[in-house]
Amino acid sequence: MASYSTNEFRGGLKVLLDGDPCIMLENEFVKPGKGQAFNRVKLRNLMTNRVWERTFKSGESLEAADVMEQDMEYLYSDGEFWHFMLTDGSFEQYAADAKAVGDTVKWLKEQDVYTVTLYNGAPLSVTPPNFVELEVVDTDPGMKGDTAQGGSKPATLSTGAVVNVPLFIVIGEVLKVDTRTGEYVNRVKSS
Amino acid sequence: MTDSPVWQPTASRGALKSRAQQLAYVRGFFCERDVLEVETPVLGRHGVTDLNLDGIPAEVKAAGVQGGWLQTSPEYPMKRLLAAGSGCIYQIARVFRNGERGRRHNPEFSMLEWYRVGMDDQALMAEVSDLVCGWLGCERPDQVSYRQAVMANAGFDPMEISDTDLKQYCEQWLEAEQLADLSRNDCLDLVMSFAVEPTLGLERPVFITRYPAAQAALARVSREHGHPVAHRFELYINGLELCNGYWELTDPDEQRLRFDADNQQRKAAGKPEMAVDEAFMAALNAGLPDCSGVALGLDRLLMLKVGAKAIEEVLAFPIERA
Repeated sequence: MASYSTNEFRGGLKVLLDGDPCIMLENEFVKPGKGQAFNRVKLRNLMTNRVWERTFKSGESLEAADVMEQDMEYLYSDGEFWHFMLTDGSFEQYAADAKAVGDTVKWLKEQDVYTVTLYNGAPLSVTPPNFVELEVVDTDPGMKGDTAQGGSKPATLSTGAVVNVPLFIVIGEVLKVDTRTGEYVNRVKSS
Repeated sequence: MTDSPVWQPTASRGALKSRAQQLAYVRGFFCERDVLEVETPVLGRHGVTDLNLDGIPAEVKAAGVQGGWLQTSPEYPMKRLLAAGSGCIYQIARVFRNGERGRRHNPEFSMLEWYRVGMDDQALMAEVSDLVCGWLGCERPDQVSYRQAVMANAGFDPMEISDTDLKQYCEQWLEAEQLADLSRNDCLDLVMSFAVEPTLGLERPVFITRYPAAQAALARVSREHGHPVAHRFELYINGLELCNGYWELTDPDEQRLRFDADNQQRKAAGKPEMAVDEAFMAALNAGLPDCSGVALGLDRLLMLKVGAKAIEEVLAFPIERA
C-alpha cells in the first residue's frame, strides 16, 4: 500500500491512523528557520467522525487508506441492507449496513443518486445530495387564508423524514428539502 | 493530482505594489547608510551542512562543474566578499529550501541579508529595528533571552532541564515512539514552535537573544551565568519569525568543527553528508573582518505590512502555481 510523507500532506488526503481510515482536514507546517520542521495535522476519523489533532516530525509518513467516494443510485432495502448501484454503467451493486447509512436513511429515495464512501471496497458511509425532492404523505390540513408568512407545522415525507413546513402545504405535494439542515426550501411544481 | 492548472496570481495588485515599494524602501535605507548592494550566485557548487536545511539540487554542466545547488542563503559568498575587503554589504536574494511549504513558508523566497563590519549583535539589532519599524511603523522591539522566553511560556529552564523531562514535556504533541528519535534540539524546536513562538511579539515586537550554544549555527559563543550562549538573535512580530542574526564566528578552526558536527548529525539522521565549501573556509583562513550579519525574510515582512495571513497573499505565484 502506498504511503504519504509529510511533504505530501494536504487537505483531502485519505490516510490510515491507528488502524482507522481518516481524511486530512488541515495541515500546518511549522519550522524555526534553522530548526526541525513539524506538521500539525487535523484529521477526521471516517469510522467515528471524530476530529483528531496529531503532530508529525518532518519526514514521517502515513499509510494511504483505500477510501473512494463514488456516485451510486439507491435501489431498495431488504430490511438489513440498503442496496446501491454504481452510476458508471457497470451495474455493480453494493450493500450498505445500518451503520454506513446512518442518518441518511431518512433521505433515501429510490433511483436518486448518493455519494457512497467505500473503504477497502465496502460502504463506509452514505452522503445525500444537498437537496432532495420528496412527497408529503402526512400533515394537518391547510387552513384557509394562510399566507407564506404564516406559522409552520410538521409534515411527514415519503421517506419518513419529518420537516417543518408552512401551513399551506398539503398531502401529495412534492417539497425541496435541504439535507444539511433538514429544512424545507420550497414547493416543487408538479409537471 | 487531477487539479486543473490555475493561471491567476495569488497576490492582489495591492500586495504586488507593496512589494515593489518595500524593495525601494530597503534600497533607500541602505543607500543612505552607505551599505553596498551586491549579488552573489543563486546557483552554487556547494550546499550547506545544516541538519535542518534541505537544499534543492541542480544539474549544472558547465566548465567542468557538475551538479550544484540552489542556494539556501547567500551567507558563504557574502562572507567571501567581506574577507576580500568589500566593507559593509547587503543583498536581496532569492533562496531555496526543499520541503518547506505552509502558511509562512514557500520553497523559494526572498531574503534580505546584510553584514556590518565592526558591529556587534547589539548594534545590528538596533539597525534591524530601524529598518523594520521604519517600514511597518511599529514600536521598537523588546529583548528577551531564549531562556526567559521558554521559561515564561513553557515553564521550564531550557538550559537546565534533563533530556528525559524535556521529552516528557513534548508528549503533549508526540507519541512516545515518535519522540524516541528526536534530539534535544529537535525537542526544543518543537517547544519553540508550539508553546513559545505563537506568543512572541503580540503586544510589541521582540528580539529573542542568547540562544543555547547547540543552536549557535554561525554565531560566536560566550558564557553567561555559567552557560555557553550564542550571540544570535531572532526578531518576532505577531508570532512570526522575521530574521536571524549573528555576531559572526570568524575562527576557521571552530567553523570547521561545527561543519564536521553538522555532518555527523546529518549522518545520524540518515541524511546525506554535505561537502564543505572549501572556498568559504579559505576565505575564513584569509581573515573575515569582525562583523555582524542578519538574514530577514522579505515575504514575511510584507505579510506584516499588508496584514496577510498566508504567504501566498504576498507572492505572485506560490510553488503550486509556479
